[in-house]
Amino acid sequence: MSLMGVFDIAGSGMSAQSLRLNTTASNMANANSAASSAEQTYRARHPVFMPVMNSAMQDAFAEPAHNAASTSVRVAGIVEDARPLQPRYEPGNPMANEEGYVFYPNVDIVEEMTNMISSSRAFQLNVDVMSAARTMMQRVLTLGQG
Amino acid sequence: MAINFTNALGVHEHALTLRTQRTTMLASNIANADTPGYKARDMDFGSVLAQATSGRGDVAMQQTHSRHITGMPGLNDASALYRVPSQPSLDGNTVDEQVENAAFARNALEHQASFQFLNGKFTGMIKALKGE
Repeated sequence: MSLMGVFDIAGSGMSAQSLRLNTTASNMANANSAASSAEQTYRARHPVFMPVMNSAMQDAFAEPAHNAASTSVRVAGIVEDARPLQPRYEPGNPMANEEGYVFYPNVDIVEEMTNMISSSRAFQLNVDVMSAARTMMQRVLTLGQG
Repeated sequence: MAINFTNALGVHEHALTLRTQRTTMLASNIANADTPGYKARDMDFGSVLAQATSGRGDVAMQQTHSRHITGMPGLNDASALYRVPSQPSLDGNTVDEQVENAAFARNALEHQASFQFLNGKFTGMIKALKGE
């Protein structure tokens, strides 16, 4: 029954989007985490999504050819943002180095806000897909019952 | 006069199967809405259905006797076409969430329609068998 595949696909989409929301949350939480050297400073993190062709994982003979376009998503990894950090002259800051500078993370708050909206919308869409598939499946189970 | 399922159920049996497969394709598109380089896919429902009902297709079985079953041609890579994007994005992704969402909702309704037709066929057959 290939409707089962929809649950896996929508579930993979939900977990990928919630991981994206997770990185957004940690980026925003650490947007003002200053450090005294560039190495210790937090850098913005972003997930990298990758398609997974399900036909490679499942038994090709059990369900012939229905997997032609059944593609779930997975997170290939988390990359750190390569943009430069923001050094600020704050001699009064306890984290300041000898020259009086502290380093602030390269988190772009506006970008993180858009990411947050986009990922929560995409998550919602995947939930809708899953509940629609559930309704369809329940209906098919009543086949022939009058 | 034997009951022939192929004649009794008609096109609806194939239609329901293909609608289910299309659901998987559209769900894949929605799940990969933010995947760089992912190309949205869909099927040309009319031609795939014609292929399924006629028993032809790339995986059709050879029939050397008139009573051999034809087999159910499944969805193969050739019938999974790529969608032409209206607003392609820079990362190579061609999923348009609104288009996919609309197609999914429509497909779910059409799935329900196919199901009701098929269910009606079965109900009719049960009624005929009971003879009440």
